[in-house]
Amino acid sequence: MTIDQTPLLAVRDLRVDFTVRRCVLNAVRGVSFTLTRGETLAVLGESGSGKSVTAQAVMGLLDPRRAAVSGAVEFAGIDLLRTHRAERRRYQGRRIAMIFQDALAALNPVVSVGSQIAEVLRVHDGASKSAARTRAIELMDRVRISAAASRYDSYPHQLSGGMRQRIMIAMALALQPDILIADEPTTALDVTVQAQIMQLLMQLRDDTGMALLFITHDLAVSAEVADRIAVMYSGRIVESGSAAEVYANPRHPYTAGLLNSVPRVAARGRRLTPIAGSPPSLTALPSGCTFHPRCPIARDICRTDDPPVLTTSPGHTSACHFAEEVHREPVG
Amino acid sequence: MSNVTVPADESGQAWDIEAQASLSHTALARLLRRPSFLVAAFIVVLMIVIAAVPQAFAGWFGHGDPRACDLVNSAIGPSSGHPFGFDKQGCDVYANVIYGTRDSISIGLLASMFGLVMAVVLGSVSGYYLGVVDAIVSRLSDVFFGFPFLLGALVLLTAFRAHNVWTVSLAIALFTWPTLTRLMRASMLTAKEHDYVLAARSLGASDWRLIRRHLLPNAIAPVIVISALGVGAVIAAEATLTFLGVGLQQPAISWGLQLSDAQSDFQVYPHLLIFPALFLSLTVLAFIVLGDALEDVLDPRRNDD
Repeated sequence: MTIDQTPLLAVRDLRVDFTVRRCVLNAVRGVSFTLTRGETLAVLGESGSGKSVTAQAVMGLLDPRRAAVSGAVEFAGIDLLRTHRAERRRYQGRRIAMIFQDALAALNPVVSVGSQIAEVLRVHDGASKSAARTRAIELMDRVRISAAASRYDSYPHQLSGGMRQRIMIAMALALQPDILIADEPTTALDVTVQAQIMQLLMQLRDDTGMALLFITHDLAVSAEVADRIAVMYSGRIVESGSAAEVYANPRHPYTAGLLNSVPRVAARGRRLTPIAGSPPSLTALPSGCTFHPRCPIARDICRTDDPPVLTTSPGHTSACHFAEEVHREPVG
Repeated sequence: MSNVTVPADESGQAWDIEAQASLSHTALARLLRRPSFLVAAFIVVLMIVIAAVPQAFAGWFGHGDPRACDLVNSAIGPSSGHPFGFDKQGCDVYANVIYGTRDSISIGLLASMFGLVMAVVLGSVSGYYLGVVDAIVSRLSDVFFGFPFLLGALVLLTAFRAHNVWTVSLAIALFTWPTLTRLMRASMLTAKEHDYVLAARSLGASDWRLIRRHLLPNAIAPVIVISALGVGAVIAAEATLTFLGVGLQQPAISWGLQLSDAQSDFQVYPHLLIFPALFLSLTVLAFIVLGDALEDVLDPRRNDD
């Protein structure tokens, strides 16, 4: 696949602070990444690492009364954080679209699925009722819903989980966005259905040339689909690089820990190596490097200084004072 | 994971045939299987028809003019040609009950409608925007909420010079909207938290579209149901106010007025009380049953049992 190298989306030093009862939560603390046309970036992280908040900040979905967003989200050179609300709506859906984890919750329960897709077309493209219907059925067909026309009038609760996610994808694709943000699109699904949905997403990405920002906590899935990976921990990107590079040669102890904790067929009969401890609460982030209480190689400097982002090899960065010392456990 | 074989298409099977039927169809089919709904709907439709064309019903027993009164007949019980008897002025009670339907039903529907419109507008705006708008609406509704309904309506109607269907409806609505508005606001707050609102925003929906298309349809059901249940209560409230002498005034004809007239004599002449009260109770009951049924129709998720 040829990738156009000018970034379509550039997120720079994105910060999101929630104020909850006078207490400030730093949910995202200076996240930067770029996304080029046709590329798939997997943002990997556990619950509470800030990956979904990052996605919502990029989409402009955070309530300004609850969340303070700073930094820059540049789409084709325009900083979306500095555009007016009405102006910004023109990007939502048309240029950047998003699919959500729980498709049942993300579909309006009292509107039939077909009309929900058609509505997107009617609002944005001003399509007539019948044209929108035809086009919606085409889209349903495209996400491989069999007998699409007969399901146009179904309500979300009448469809299976996989079909609902397909409907979400069809809605997101309706306006042919340049970027699709998928926020854990397969988490709520069975494993076999997960595989189908992932296959569908990959194929649609290849057909349309859109970029995919894939938010997940699933190491296996991201290894399979992503060109590049960004690993998040407590609101920061701790490591990023090409997928192959990050998996083969992790340069942050958290990434290494994650990879070591995955069961492997080759290592049958051995105990898994978990990461000790649990992720920090956002209200009480550790000083220095937020990973230090769980880090096997932490030293004094880690308790006091938050590490800068180091480039360990071209295109591969790590936010660890001792990036060079990190090694993945030998396989075998 | 790349070599996992994927079954052809999971969407091909397990398809519920009933799911293909449209919402209105299944909901209606279910309602029609409920005898209580059928009876209630019949009574409500009948009352509305009577309210619209009372002259078609009043003359059934040959004496259709509610104002053709003769004191000679004062308070005579049910007799041939006068199935409900005569009131103290010697007027035919049956004709009066039939003509009384109009004002009672009108007030019931009008007051409920006023209340509903106010609640939907104020409740959804305050629930969606919160902040200052919400503070104003909420405090205002608290003020009205604080008044005991009867006392408030009594004071208000005493101040009004005209006591007709409109003023009585308005007075009643003025004290029913706070409850409905609170309900609408709460329901809006719940609806707002759903992912589909976020999803719609991610597709670039404007505030107005979000409210109209995604929030209202999901939030309005309880308010509609409560107002429908309230139609009966409003009709009863009209009767109460009229009975207390501040509602409709003679020469208007309403069930409340008839009950009011009956208050001093019903122990001697029970027919003066029984017949208007019977119509009133039946109508109130029918509206309540209908409101209950509405609750089922408004939510597509409840139609798949």
